[in-house]
Amino acid sequence: MMDTKTADKNLERRQVALDLKDLNVHYETPEGDVIAANNVSLKIFRGEILGLVGESGCGKTTTAMAILRLVQPPGRVTKGSVVVREEVDIFNLDDQELRSARWKEIALIPQGAMNSLNPVMRIRDQIADVIRAHDGMHAKSELKERIAELLHVVGLPSRVGALYPHELSGGMKQRVCIAMSIALQPTLVVADEPTSALDVIVQRVVAQTLLDIREKFGMSILIIGHDISLIAQLVDRIAVMYAGNLVEVSPLKKIVEEPLHPYTKLLIESIPSITEKKPMRFSSGITHDLRNPPPGCVFQSRCDQVMDICHKVVPPLLEVDSDLQVACHLYGNDE
Amino acid sequence: MNEPLLQIKKLTKVYGSGLTKNKNTLVALQDFELTIPKEPAKIIAIAGESGSGKTTLANLVLGLTMPTSGEIFFRGKDVLDMDRKERKDYTRHVQAVFQDPYSVYNPFYPVKHIFDIALRNFKLAESRSQENELIEEALNMVGMQSQEILHKFPHQLSGGQRQRLMVARAYLLKPNLIVADEPVSMVDASLRATILDIMQKLRDDRVISILYVTHDLSTAYQIADEIYLLYQGSTVERGEVTEVIDNPKHPYVQALIDSIPDIKQKWSGEITALDDEQLRTRSDSGCRFYYRCPYRMDRCLEKKPELISVGKADHHASCHLYSDPPD
Amino acid sequence: MEEKVLMDTGNSNIKTVGFWQSPWFNPKLIIGSILLLSVFLISNIGPIFWDKDMALVGSSPTNVVPLWVTEKPSGLLKDADPAHPLGTESNGRDMLAVLLVGTPRTLRIGLIGAGIGMLVGIILGFTAGLMGGWVDYVISTLCDTMVSMPGLAVLVVIAAYIPQMEVNNLAMIMAIFAWPLPARSIRAQILSMRERDFIKLALISGSSKIDIMFREIMPNLLPYLAASFVVTVSGVILASTGVETLGLGPTRIPTLGTTINGALRATAMFRGMWWWWGPPIVVLVIIFVGLFLINVGLDEIANPRLRGLKS
Repeated sequence: MMDTKTADKNLERRQVALDLKDLNVHYETPEGDVIAANNVSLKIFRGEILGLVGESGCGKTTTAMAILRLVQPPGRVTKGSVVVREEVDIFNLDDQELRSARWKEIALIPQGAMNSLNPVMRIRDQIADVIRAHDGMHAKSELKERIAELLHVVGLPSRVGALYPHELSGGMKQRVCIAMSIALQPTLVVADEPTSALDVIVQRVVAQTLLDIREKFGMSILIIGHDISLIAQLVDRIAVMYAGNLVEVSPLKKIVEEPLHPYTKLLIESIPSITEKKPMRFSSGITHDLRNPPPGCVFQSRCDQVMDICHKVVPPLLEVDSDLQVACHLYGNDE
Repeated sequence: MNEPLLQIKKLTKVYGSGLTKNKNTLVALQDFELTIPKEPAKIIAIAGESGSGKTTLANLVLGLTMPTSGEIFFRGKDVLDMDRKERKDYTRHVQAVFQDPYSVYNPFYPVKHIFDIALRNFKLAESRSQENELIEEALNMVGMQSQEILHKFPHQLSGGQRQRLMVARAYLLKPNLIVADEPVSMVDASLRATILDIMQKLRDDRVISILYVTHDLSTAYQIADEIYLLYQGSTVERGEVTEVIDNPKHPYVQALIDSIPDIKQKWSGEITALDDEQLRTRSDSGCRFYYRCPYRMDRCLEKKPELISVGKADHHASCHLYSDPPD
Repeated sequence: MEEKVLMDTGNSNIKTVGFWQSPWFNPKLIIGSILLLSVFLISNIGPIFWDKDMALVGSSPTNVVPLWVTEKPSGLLKDADPAHPLGTESNGRDMLAVLLVGTPRTLRIGLIGAGIGMLVGIILGFTAGLMGGWVDYVISTLCDTMVSMPGLAVLVVIAAYIPQMEVNNLAMIMAIFAWPLPARSIRAQILSMRERDFIKLALISGSSKIDIMFREIMPNLLPYLAASFVVTVSGVILASTGVETLGLGPTRIPTLGTTINGALRATAMFRGMWWWWGPPIVVLVIIFVGLFLINVGLDEIANPRLRGLKS
């Protein structure tokens, strides 16, 4: 497992699995456009697990969908580029190429994936479907072997292949979805809320599965979620989003010990402790109208360290330390 | 009088009994016992995961479903034995806050409707001005000021606001007990504190007890006084909340607490693929946790463990690890 | 246990939408309403400008071609006459007058038949949905049986037994087969609505079942009831026209369907007298298209609005 120390050492030599640049996604509503993603730029390196956290409505799922070109009307991508392995430019592929890029380069485990399994097909047939659809026909025996291996990697007994989805528990179904996503050994797996709707104990099992597949295949994983404590168990780096903007990207250790952005601090302080009783941190919700964000920093109305400049200038996402980026006027390069 | 506010005795709910028996019966709750005194007011957490029976318990206490066997006593009177007037009184004094802050509102009406139904059905006010006074007081309790918000439609408010209005509505009726069924699980993490704080205020300032039904042990730890942990319909551990969570005795509760992610450190200990329990038959005799338990013994399958005292502050657990060995 | 976290944005500062963006500005609903309204208005205002009595037998010269026809299809037909712009038929009825008299009568059959059908359907649907148990079982079985019966055939048989058919009793006969479908769909709506959380809330707020039925459930069903009514009107007009075309409709004063029947009996097709059977059909088509568009429009309003406004 790659810990942050090794990551630091490999700083210059790291290969980029996914390069997301200046993503802008707008949603049309009768009362105006909602800016779901505002100039989001992110690099995911080979073999790393990156967590994208934020509360509901912050734009994390939109970002994930945009990476795979799955944004549907009334949403539309107004700007941005997604490049995989520094070679494949997702937004410039034609339909045929896009189809094969999905699942082979980037695989998605969407929210509620376990409820989207085909109820009338056996598990092994569904996995076979995925392989055949994106990788061409294969011999039956070859498929059989591959499916057995996939089930094994996610910790499921091979007899699961013959079962139907309703015969499996939630955690097992989710692990089947994980198996399907790695079937073609993609460069990047995007997992959107992979453990919500699962019981706490099962959550841990599924999370461990994600770690196992990274260990075995070395693929990068983008985990999206709102439970920062859970995500912290899995990731090397964390990216925090608020109201469509990326506000902080930082290695796990640094962000937990010393979060820089006021919003990140708020998120971490809001986590109720299970070891000591202490007063909880209060906060109001997103108070601005998403259709009409105020000029300047998007977090200004909730920030306890807000300054004059925050009302006027949008803070850019700047690298303030090795591998640490913040979008906040408290940490400009003129400080 | 000294009788407790609420006393639940051997409460059981079985689905599918009757004409279709055996395979399709589901024991949602079994022999549940709980006592809430009139004073002091307490927040009692009913914690468990899906299938634990906690929502069934909430529905039984609220009278939304009928028990298969067992009794619920409110101020000494058996709820199933009440006449209409007493029943209405019970409904008023045992209120609820539900999980989904959107679907509890009738989309046809502005949000004031939820207050209007309560005011009208229980004839809480004699005049319009008295009504407004009561509503004003309830809104202040949840930190909201203007009555303007009452004329909005549900979709125009945020989830946090809607949930606070729900609490205000419950408070309006001046109940003795509020059953809060996952009141913050559908609210953003940074906003939960506000609602949980209101619940604590209700306990401390208004002497209203709360049954806090949840799967989130962290918030239970923060606000509850006592905790009952349910697993597949049975109480596996109960007691004062810090005592239970700092020193869990039942293997299931230990596994549960171990699995709660802590941002400061990685998970410790071993896990096994515990969730293929669906592939195994459920044990109807003996301990429900048998197949998933790392400490299982033969007698766990033979006899169902009873709740035994395992520590201080009324700490009980139902596990054969703590009962005297048979001889 | 689904931990679906909802969007927590305060939208209380949204300006209320103007008419042009409001969901009610639905093109289908508007066009459909215009069509229907025109038919309705013309048939009610028309008689002010045109003599209704010319719809009576023998009131006008027979077999006059319409005004714009330059070449008569057959020598036995009379020349065009400005007093009869849509021509006349072989019983001496002026076609324009026939339309002005027949259309409101056809519409009335639709409204009365659908009205009675909906009333029965609502009562039975609500009862079945709310009471459940054997009451539900009996009503549902009855609905299912009737829906799968060949309604038109039965109606024809029943109609054949009525000695003096008039608009009102024709409408009532149509109502016999008009209620099962609304009853079933209303029952289904109620069953799904019963499980909604706001019903739970009303229960713990002390509301009685009647309260819940009328104050909580009914208002949410209005769009469905409206759409159901529109569909039922359409069905009743279709069925009644079918019965009339077979000759079982009211005889003295014409309706759109009886006019078609008259044209069939007088072999107007072979005589080239298209202005006898054509206009009633055109009016019927306009009515059906109008009703259909209103129904689709109402559907679009009822559904995406509920879906779109939920976070």
